[in-house]
Amino acid sequence: MTDTLLELRGLTKAYPGVVANSDVSFTIGMGEVHALMGENGAGKSTLVKTIYGLVRPDTGSMMLNGAVYEPSEPRAARASGVAMVFQHFSLFDALNVAENIALGMENPPAMGDLAARIREVSDQYGLPLDPDRIVGDLSAGERQRVEIIRCLLQDPKLLIMDEPTSVLTPQEVEILFKTLNILRAEGTSILYISHKLEEIRTLCEHATILRHGKVVGNCDPRQTSARDMAEMMVGASLHVPEKAPHEAGEVVLSIRGLSAPAPHQFGTALKNISVDVREGEVLGIGGVAGNGQDELVAALSGEMKTAAGMVVIDGREIGRLGPNERRAAGLCAAPEERNGHAAAPDMSLTENALMTGAVRKNLVKNGLLDWPAAKAFAEEVIKAFDVRTPGPANAARSLSGGNLQKFVIGREIMQKPRVLVINQPTWGVDAAAAASIRQAILDLAVSGTAVVCISQDLDELREISDRFAALNEGKLTPPRRAKGLTIDEIGLMLGGAHDMEVAHVDA
Amino acid sequence: MLTLEKRPQPSKAWVYAAPILAVVITMIVGGAVFALLGKPPLEAIRTIFYDPIFGEFASYSRPQLLIKAGPLILIAIGLSFGFRAGIWNIGAEGQYIIGALAAAGTGLAFYPMEARWLIFPLMIIAGLAGGMLWAAIPAFLRIRFKTNEILVSLMLVYVAEAIQASMALSLLRNPDGHGFPGSRNLSQYSSSANLELISNSGIHWGVLAAVTAVVFAYFILARHRFGFDVRLAGQSPRAAGFAGVDAGRMIFICMLISGGLAGAAGMFEIAGPAGRVSIDFNVGYGFTAIIVAFLGRLHPVGILIAGLLMALTYIGGELAQLSLGLPDAAIQLFQGMLLFFLLAVDVMTSYRIRFGKTE
Repeated sequence: MTDTLLELRGLTKAYPGVVANSDVSFTIGMGEVHALMGENGAGKSTLVKTIYGLVRPDTGSMMLNGAVYEPSEPRAARASGVAMVFQHFSLFDALNVAENIALGMENPPAMGDLAARIREVSDQYGLPLDPDRIVGDLSAGERQRVEIIRCLLQDPKLLIMDEPTSVLTPQEVEILFKTLNILRAEGTSILYISHKLEEIRTLCEHATILRHGKVVGNCDPRQTSARDMAEMMVGASLHVPEKAPHEAGEVVLSIRGLSAPAPHQFGTALKNISVDVREGEVLGIGGVAGNGQDELVAALSGEMKTAAGMVVIDGREIGRLGPNERRAAGLCAAPEERNGHAAAPDMSLTENALMTGAVRKNLVKNGLLDWPAAKAFAEEVIKAFDVRTPGPANAARSLSGGNLQKFVIGREIMQKPRVLVINQPTWGVDAAAAASIRQAILDLAVSGTAVVCISQDLDELREISDRFAALNEGKLTPPRRAKGLTIDEIGLMLGGAHDMEVAHVDA
Repeated sequence: MLTLEKRPQPSKAWVYAAPILAVVITMIVGGAVFALLGKPPLEAIRTIFYDPIFGEFASYSRPQLLIKAGPLILIAIGLSFGFRAGIWNIGAEGQYIIGALAAAGTGLAFYPMEARWLIFPLMIIAGLAGGMLWAAIPAFLRIRFKTNEILVSLMLVYVAEAIQASMALSLLRNPDGHGFPGSRNLSQYSSSANLELISNSGIHWGVLAAVTAVVFAYFILARHRFGFDVRLAGQSPRAAGFAGVDAGRMIFICMLISGGLAGAAGMFEIAGPAGRVSIDFNVGYGFTAIIVAFLGRLHPVGILIAGLLMALTYIGGELAQLSLGLPDAAIQLFQGMLLFFLLAVDVMTSYRIRFGKTE
């Protein structure tokens, strides 16, 4: 074993109504890549926020390099050599890379010197990045590199990475791992938060598993099977969704030469997308975030109108119709962002059920709202999808992310659409709920619905898709049969690594 | 240390308690201000809130209550739709003026013909149309050029005031008025007069219109798809787009509703209590109605109560000026405080205060 860098002793943090961390203890060795695993709500975020000085624990203590470590704020944590790359980037789109990095520094050097330093560090760790580029034009992977380099400039002893690969293509993941391995060889410790088991098995030498705020297990991921780790995280055996065998039927949804300009400055234009989806078929669309997913969903849901013939359902051109007319034609959609897009956070679940269910569930008659029927529909969704809530009168924002996701997906599925378009159906949902959402999607397909499922989770797409296509810079690759596609082939379809010169990395 | 913590659900109790608490705080702080001005605070508060209804001269001031509350409620109901949908029409005062001018012009065009069955309804329509037209300008500019409707509607108030002054001096000037500015008195022209319907009650057609608007708005917000869309658009614009609400159409409809009702309020005022177009017949109902709308929680019944309360402070304020010599500005300060404290107390609906150290 290596020497200990950070030791956590009995950390406990309670919020009103929930204990986020309860008596959490573990150690991170020097030069160790340590995985922190757990489902959503297991307490991972609270724990790393504690280490990064954003949250103060109720009880317990931390030792860094043998000295008591009590960061009162992130600045103190950074001064002690702890750096963190967040899952959601805090970058300004309109500034360039060097300016963004300077903004996060205590005493930024002159721009020219900083740019030179950025080039030097990016070369050293195989993370090519041009300091003069505008961040708004960068891919998600490149933005992450900005964040990583921002951390590396501080010469950290411990680097915390929160779900770093969720926005990367497989090739970009490989390059990130090479960088992390260089850091490890230099003696930097890495606390790696993820729920992607295969990644952890290839990268990490030690794993701590959290469930309901408590440490429920330790293991060496290289010696433990993915299934065992998953069951430790969930605390139960996992159900794998299955699709009953059936034949794809008639073409229901045709997208024909769909092109649309970017709706806003940093949006993505859709470029000549054509694909047919048949009854009972699930078309999986993969791609790194920001490659036109939101725009494609908007063009299909009716929030963004296009030329009439670009979107066709059952032979009827609907490209010019609004969302409710499309619902009447049989197309239901569930956008990625739950709060404020798919659902109105301050409204009750009954009102949220009415929001998209009005047309197909006949909840509005002569302009008048049928509240009892809307409430019944909301209750139906809550029951069928096991949404944990005291009742339909509760505001959507009182639900946890996963529960609200179940409600939003359930609301669309229960309308029995001809075509279902979903973006990131299980984003931020725990494994058991994700499995049940996927099962519901598959069951809907078996009943004859054409499903378009957009996701960044390639494992999910491989699990439920009949055919797979990739969205890259607003263009859609020709779909291929999902069965038998390897991760490498998928990676190539996704466009490989953006602007990556793999030759740089000789580690 | 005080920290604010977001409540998982907006507190029902605070929704009702906030306006009451705001009124109480206003009374306390207002009383303190009056005391600083050297006036007896308790007597001032009593003069403002009690005397107009139950005092010695209440028989004079009581009808005034409905005369003042009528236009406030009518305008505030119209504004509440837009405010709920996140559309900020601050220019109701201008729409009120243009509505009044359109109605007065229509009525005077027929003078001295006697045909109340035709002229009075036509004037109401003209008032609605005038207000809508004035509100359509910021709506159109917002939809077409993404201008800020707050600024445009507000600036149009000053344009409307200029038009009003010029009308009083030229086109609508009373030809028999010996050259004095101002129009003929519409309340003395039987085809156009908006008279009291029940003697000494203050109830005129505008008050009936205000009550009708309250009932109608209540129904629309609770039971009609449009009311649902309005609330959705205000709370989550993106979710509204996803639910099929056309943002541009929503802006237009809400601006037309608020402009139309403000214009109608102007009509009832010019044909009744105000009587004639003068250089400055507007008394700020359009601005005060904004306070009424928020004080009433943008809820029709709340607006009804808030309108009456606000009318009371107007009348009580005048009484206090007469009997205690309180300056006019002190009364306006008092009304402003009401909105200020309401917004401050309002935080409690969505947040709770926690004592203790921050995270």
